[in-house]
Amino acid sequence: MVPLSYYLVLSGILFACGVLGFLIKRNIITIFMSIELMLNGVNLSFVAFAAQWHALSGQVFVFFVMVVAAAEAAVGLAIVIAVYRTRETLNVDQVNLLKL
Amino acid sequence: MAGAVNLLVQSHPINSALSLIVVMGSLAAEYLLLGAEFLAAIQVIVYAGAIMVLFLITIMLLNAGKEERTKGSRVAILIGVPGVIIASVLVAWTLVGRTSTTHLVSIGALWGAPKDIARLLFHDFLLPFEVTSVLILIAIMGAVVLASRPEAIARPHRSRPVPQETCELVVTGKDR
Repeated sequence: MVPLSYYLVLSGILFACGVLGFLIKRNIITIFMSIELMLNGVNLSFVAFAAQWHALSGQVFVFFVMVVAAAEAAVGLAIVIAVYRTRETLNVDQVNLLKL
Repeated sequence: MAGAVNLLVQSHPINSALSLIVVMGSLAAEYLLLGAEFLAAIQVIVYAGAIMVLFLITIMLLNAGKEERTKGSRVAILIGVPGVIIASVLVAWTLVGRTSTTHLVSIGALWGAPKDIARLLFHDFLLPFEVTSVLILIAIMGAVVLASRPEAIARPHRSRPVPQETCELVVTGKDR
């Protein structure tokens, strides 16, 4: 038996690591990885609550979150490739114009 | 958690991606402990398989090197690190104080069988499931359009004109 709060604290720490990476990283690919880390932290809390209340709806919601994360990763990395093709850089500080 | 911290301190994107795979694998083990066996399998297949391969291919395609420090990133470190640490400690203190005595989660209950999830997914959540398929279709089309070269979209059928240098080379070759 593991208390529910341990899972929630781990989930919060993962989310905090994701926020931290989003703030301090300057490589755009690593920023995307931080977003994935945040989504995973939220997923862990969903599964923990689903196991707590014996409700499968939480797991179905995690399934949908994973689908949206996959779509977001595909579109986001395509945008990264398009930006790199026009700017020749991956640093987000140097990408400061919206026009190509 | 060590993998998550490693993701932050590594400066090379490849190392960050590999430590993110470690995080995904340990989260899959956590899901298995919480009884969500279907989600553990999906986590390994979709996240650690598909999404991370996508990340690694992009890193290799763009030849991403070490990131360089700028003025903005130093400001972000100075503001971000204490703020996030304070926020996470606050959340942890609140949660441990509130719930550790009453609620318990049993390990190995094996509740999330694929049969139950499929019944829930195709009966109660049928409309979101279908909407998700439309979302994936739009995402595929957007990724293809964004990642393809702009002239390939603009002029799909016109043949590429012969460059001027090639013509000159051919002419000089005939002269010799």
